[in-house]
Amino acid sequence: MISDELRENPVIAALEARDSAALADAVLHAGQLALFVDPEKILDVCRFLKDEKQYTRLSGITAVDWFPMEPRFEVVYLLHSIERRGERLRLKCRVAGDKPGIDSVTSIWRGANWYEREVFDLFGITFRGHPDLTRIMMPDQWEGHPLRKDFPVYGLKYTYKDE
Amino acid sequence: MSEPELPSPAATLEAESPNQQTERRRMILNMGPQHPSTHGVLRVVLELDGETVVSARPDIGFLHTGIEKECEEKTWQQVVTLTDRVDYLANLSNNLCYALAVEKLLNAEDAIPQAVKWMRVLLCELTRINSHCVWLGTHALDIGAMTVFFYCFREREDLLRIFEMFSGQRLMTSYIRPGGLALEPPRGWDKAVRRFIDAFSDKVDEYEDLLDKNPIWLRRTQGVGYVPLEELLDWGATGPMIRAAGIPWDIRKDEPYSDYDKFDFAVPTRTENDVWARYRIRMEEFRQSAKIVKQALDGMPGGPWQADLPRVTLPDREKMKTQMEALIYHFKIVTEGMRVPAGEAYQCIESPRGEIGYYVVSNGGNKPHRVFMRTPSFGNLQSLPVMIEGKLIADTIAAMGSMDFVLGDVDR
Repeated sequence: MISDELRENPVIAALEARDSAALADAVLHAGQLALFVDPEKILDVCRFLKDEKQYTRLSGITAVDWFPMEPRFEVVYLLHSIERRGERLRLKCRVAGDKPGIDSVTSIWRGANWYEREVFDLFGITFRGHPDLTRIMMPDQWEGHPLRKDFPVYGLKYTYKDE
Repeated sequence: MSEPELPSPAATLEAESPNQQTERRRMILNMGPQHPSTHGVLRVVLELDGETVVSARPDIGFLHTGIEKECEEKTWQQVVTLTDRVDYLANLSNNLCYALAVEKLLNAEDAIPQAVKWMRVLLCELTRINSHCVWLGTHALDIGAMTVFFYCFREREDLLRIFEMFSGQRLMTSYIRPGGLALEPPRGWDKAVRRFIDAFSDKVDEYEDLLDKNPIWLRRTQGVGYVPLEELLDWGATGPMIRAAGIPWDIRKDEPYSDYDKFDFAVPTRTENDVWARYRIRMEEFRQSAKIVKQALDGMPGGPWQADLPRVTLPDREKMKTQMEALIYHFKIVTEGMRVPAGEAYQCIESPRGEIGYYVVSNGGNKPHRVFMRTPSFGNLQSLPVMIEGKLIADTIAAMGSMDFVLGDVDR
């Protein structure tokens, strides 16, 4: 639950006033604000933050795997506002481990394109509505998603015995 | 079953020839992954109509080494050596960004001595000069001005000697670590840096003499590679690319870290937003970086070169010979590494190429749970298609050079 202190934050207050179910939680850690957003509403929240709250830049998108906990993945959006002298905001969406998927934000920031491809490639999270969701780092025929915690560091297929 | 009938060669020719007259044929050209001007292993699939680029699709991942995965297997201190290898032309900037992120998680920002902060600033600015030297040399070489390369690498050699003096390594320095510096600065370091920096402003004049009035250079760069500012921001470009489009956005000014707010420097901007403007921005940054280095040299505070955090930094060798605790801490740090409280932090700094950001997640253990590297080259390279589509293929080289990407930084 969001503490009363954090509710006074203008961004959180605006989001809560707009849609009380959009935010699941908010955490202030090491001076940085992270908002847990309902994955169904990420597109709506991002558009609002960009258009109304001057978070015009998307710095990056990544994910964190909390295997074997459920919901397993956290998709993290790093937002930035140049207008407000480098104010930053982190949005996080908890996504279930079984056929993970979330809406693509490429319609809001075109720069999200490669970041979402990277998360798709390395975590296996699908982005619905992405224009070209293909592998970006690994070869096209690669099996598995390397940054998942159950993917071994030294690979699946090859051992020195094969050589 | 009868074989499917193949059309005769003559019939194919006849079928194609009217087509050729009505519609010009397009050609698919693979630029790279071994093309010299892609500075690494980047493949750009170009669709050409004569000399004009119709569409471009960068294909990356050839240099993907799984650094982020590797980070999850190393202790917090060992990860420093991996950050060197991300952007190998600005390794100290990467070291610093990671160190600051971990210090944020450790809640140790106030414990960092001032001498460490200033030395970090000095080294990062030398790194910026070093990186811009490589960029200018190779960029000019791509466009056809060969001499600049030798001039720039002359200065780069001096800088690498300075880095070697500090850390024992020319390229993979790993000199900035969580909690301080790896080693005490060597004796006579200030003389070496001062000798370099005093001579450097003349060297920048030399570069400018070679290029600023060179008609070929001007024709190849002015008006080339223009993208509207909104598109650049939308695609995630950072650093000199944005400053060349008129926004004085510099993380050193906007979100000061490591005492940058105590230094006096300007953020150069231009409005032309072309390859030439990006060149001018970096030339100005040479001078501003030199200015910061001079200030750091003149005002370098004395004091310890690492924080007094026994669980994070290695103890003094002399203390280890006399104090039991020091020996225990040394043993613990070396064998199992330090523990970082659970939490997450995002730290960004202004690297020579733009915004480097480290998003570090800890679960309380001695290894990071996740390290995400938001690298400037990755964001900048995304805007390549909008920059070159509809333009001449020769301008592709100039536009790519002006982005100053490092493929290790893109692929990680």
